Amino acid sequence: MIKFLFKGILRDRSRSLLPVIVVTLGVFLTVFMSGFMKGVYGDITELNAKFNTGHVKILTRAYAEIADQIPNDLALTDVKKLMTKLHADYPEMEWVQRIHTGGLLDVPDSVGETRGQGQVVGTAIDFLTPGTTEVERMNIPKSLVKGSIPTKQGEALISDEFATRFGVSTGDKLTFFGSTMNGSMTFKTFVVSGTLKFGNSILDRGSIFMDIRDAQLALDMDDAASEVLGYFKDGIYNDLKAQQVENSFNSRFSKKDDEFSPVMSRLVEQQGLGDYLKLADSANAIMSFIFIVAMSIVLWNTGLLGGLRRYSEFGIRLALGEEKKHIYFTTIYEAVLIGLIGSVVGTALGLGLSYFMQSHGLDMSKIAGNVGMMVPSVYRAEVTPGLFYIGFFPGLIATVLGNGLAGFAIYKRRTSQLFHELEV
Amino acid sequence: MENDAIIKIENLIKRFPVGKTEFTALKNVNISFGTGEFAGLVGPSGSGKTTLLNIIGSLDSPSEGEVIVLGKNVSLLTHKQSAVLRNRHIGFIFQTYNLLPVYSVYENVEFALLLQNMSGSERKKAVMAALEWVGLTEKVKSRPSMLSGGECQRVAIARSMVKRPEIVLADEPTANLDSSNSHNILQTMKNLNRELNTTFIFATHDEKVMKYLNRIISLEDGKVVKDLLMPDSKN
Ligand SMILES: Nc1ncnc2c1ncn2[C@@H]1O[C@H](COP(=O)(O)OP(=O)(O)OP(=O)(O)O)[C@@H](O)[C@H]1O
Ligand SMILES: [Mg+2]
Repeated sequence: MIKFLFKGILRDRSRSLLPVIVVTLGVFLTVFMSGFMKGVYGDITELNAKFNTGHVKILTRAYAEIADQIPNDLALTDVKKLMTKLHADYPEMEWVQRIHTGGLLDVPDSVGETRGQGQVVGTAIDFLTPGTTEVERMNIPKSLVKGSIPTKQGEALISDEFATRFGVSTGDKLTFFGSTMNGSMTFKTFVVSGTLKFGNSILDRGSIFMDIRDAQLALDMDDAASEVLGYFKDGIYNDLKAQQVENSFNSRFSKKDDEFSPVMSRLVEQQGLGDYLKLADSANAIMSFIFIVAMSIVLWNTGLLGGLRRYSEFGIRLALGEEKKHIYFTTIYEAVLIGLIGSVVGTALGLGLSYFMQSHGLDMSKIAGNVGMMVPSVYRAEVTPGLFYIGFFPGLIATVLGNGLAGFAIYKRRTSQLFHELEV
Repeated sequence: MENDAIIKIENLIKRFPVGKTEFTALKNVNISFGTGEFAGLVGPSGSGKTTLLNIIGSLDSPSEGEVIVLGKNVSLLTHKQSAVLRNRHIGFIFQTYNLLPVYSVYENVEFALLLQNMSGSERKKAVMAALEWVGLTEKVKSRPSMLSGGECQRVAIARSMVKRPEIVLADEPTANLDSSNSHNILQTMKNLNRELNTTFIFATHDEKVMKYLNRIISLEDGKVVKDLLMPDSKN
């Protein structure tokens, strides 16, 4: 009987084609959109983790309160000891220290007089330790426009836009003016080893990247750092593990009444990233829900139209001794078949495009121009196990629901009424 | 013949709701049919022929009175029981053939047997035998759209006969056919009637059909007005 029904579906294109197309398209869109959103959200999170939040971040309590003011007077001290402990006690993570600062960059002319001056954001990372992961993490090799990455102390990278504006070339000497951890003025001269362009308006307008030891020297932060960041060694954020590390660390090192004691926070606790990720998840859920409802309505209607066309078929099947209930169930079987075909094809297409977009990505840097937010320049999809069912089941459910509703309208009709449709 | 009646109708009344009132389509009908009859309901349009056939076939139920088909009171049958009655014991033939367009001739005839638990080889034998009765063994793979009207009606006959029912109800089976096809169809049915002793009941206006009938029941305005045996029917 199933075989018989299957033949009918395959042969009666008008009955199967539209629903299959509707389901395929809907499932395809759901799978792809969800994979794409997942990828983009993931990329944004990862980018933020790399540049700002780490997978976990350690600050002093006081610094954390007003972190956006870069209050280096409240920076972490005794960092060497802290780092040693972190490496020993939490070996599953990689720990790095960074210093953030702000100041003026002075561009001298040939005789040493100020030719121009611009405000810059200073970031100090570990450039020089052999095997440092920070250079890759900050995507510096790919962002390099001119010159090379610093190889010794006293070298720094500046944003290409700044270099162009002030006519600075690699090898030039610039002086950075800032304030020390204790609030007094300080300056340090750097040799520009290269220029950078990240595709992010804040970083690109004016920034200087220097080695952490240079910063520590210049800012009187000898054994201090603005922050210590922890990254899972496999590069993938795991909230559960992060929570364990956070709880353990805070209970051991953080004192509630000491505003200079360190406190750890997870990626999702910073800058509203957690809310953002939850939003992403609920957006996905809402999308799937809307999709089920909309598809059910469309399929209900195509089911009704198909049903109307099939009154005479149902009538004759009744006359041949098929029970009405059985006819109703066969329409459900048919819906399952159609839903399966559409869901399988739609999921396959959606996964296919997601895979493509995972490996190729959509380069938005030229279209989007410079944006203030920390967003990736290439949008990639991410293929997750969830994609295999996120469209599949809604597709199946919508078809069965739509056809079930349509079938019910037919089912409610009296046998004799259906049968009367047979007469011309 | 009256004693071993295969269909017994007593004081049958059928009313249809029409808006807020009711329309009485059958008014106190009393008839019996014996096994092997080749009988016809005749009468003007709207006289209640189709309504009566539908009630005999348990596609519709009586408002009042008793209709006993093969010993069963159709008013008392459950949905399932009346489906089984139709599936095993009653064949239907319609004016407009009502073949399932997406299925082949073979599959159309096979359908009723799929509802029974019949093995594949048994099914095949039964279907081929039925197609042989109507002379369509050459067209098993054809779709209804490729057949002539006469051929379609022969498929419908094969479909109604494949399960070897005791009763075949035929509503205007020749109305869409030309004269030679009509005779061909009627001859086929008459042969089956004689070979298998199947009871045939027609509803018809067609003079050609009447020549074959061995009993003519005239309906008028929902009432039986004449019930004549035809000793000199064709063949
Ligand atoms: N479901 C229904 N609801 C209301 N009235 C009905 C219904 N079915 C039949 N009737 C009415 O019952 C009467 C008898 O109808 P029926 O179809 O039995 O006539 P008939 O003798 O078969 O006519 P024809 O020769 O035109 O086929 C008609 O007046 C018809 O309008
Ligand atoms: Mg009629």
